[in-house]
Amino acid sequence: MAKAVSALDGASHDGYVRVEEAGLQGMITLRGDLSLDAVRAAATTASGTEMPGTREIRAAEDRALAWMSPDELLLMLPYEEAPETVQQLQDALAGTHHLAVNVSDARAMFRLSGGPPVREVAAKLCPVDLAPGRFEPGEFRRTRLAQVAAAIWMPDAQSLQVICFRSVAGYVHDLLCDAAAPGGEVGYLV
Amino acid sequence: MLQLECPNCGVTAEETEFAQGGEAHLTRRGPEASEQEFHDYLFAKENPRGVHFERWRHVNGCGKWFHVARCTATLEIFGTYSAQTLEPPREIRDRISKKRPGWSWREFA
Repeated sequence: MAKAVSALDGASHDGYVRVEEAGLQGMITLRGDLSLDAVRAAATTASGTEMPGTREIRAAEDRALAWMSPDELLLMLPYEEAPETVQQLQDALAGTHHLAVNVSDARAMFRLSGGPPVREVAAKLCPVDLAPGRFEPGEFRRTRLAQVAAAIWMPDAQSLQVICFRSVAGYVHDLLCDAAAPGGEVGYLV
Repeated sequence: MLQLECPNCGVTAEETEFAQGGEAHLTRRGPEASEQEFHDYLFAKENPRGVHFERWRHVNGCGKWFHVARCTATLEIFGTYSAQTLEPPREIRDRISKKRPGWSWREFA
């Protein structure tokens, strides 16, 4: 099999915050009735975390579970483990109406690091209130990043991560680098 | 710009995160309908100055559909509610009646 590469192969850029493409990241979309114990149990067993509440993300070690919509979760895990985990989810949910798909190669992930200014870099591009107290680590927000759909969250107060479709990874990378260009500091959201 | 609250994920966001999906509470006419009924279903849409009901989709968010009651003249939002309903909920209608006494929209008032 051909060697798997992420959309931008880990490209990075140092502005007043650092922008880097996160490289290969396993992602599994799990759709189903999230009120069912079977679905919740399968998801949390696979992620090793608690069940996230509405618009939340729960992370543990190298895995995370995010709430995408009232009937959809996103499971993040090491890239190589995704196919096997999809199989485990399908086995665990046999007989329950669900959909588990490995979308690792259909998405791209970016990491912004460098302290509180990561908030304003994202705020330049998304119509979301990213002020401290209004958007905090643990929240997971699907929104619009300039002209494309994206999801953002803060693993901690110093960094922010972005997920977008792989087909627009180049566009999102250029946007983030531009928003993080030295001299573009706003200094409002710190 | 409109600020809408998505009843599916609870986010209050600006209009650009949503997509408008046409008039709300249309009766879908099937093969048994008369030509006039089908014509009206396709083309005879409400275009009020004032209270209006629309379908919206949280396209850059949770992706779900919902209903919005709003005023086309002032851009005031009276409320948002589930897509899985055939008529505006009583609570939304009461709220509109308080602000726009005597309003009507299609068969609702």
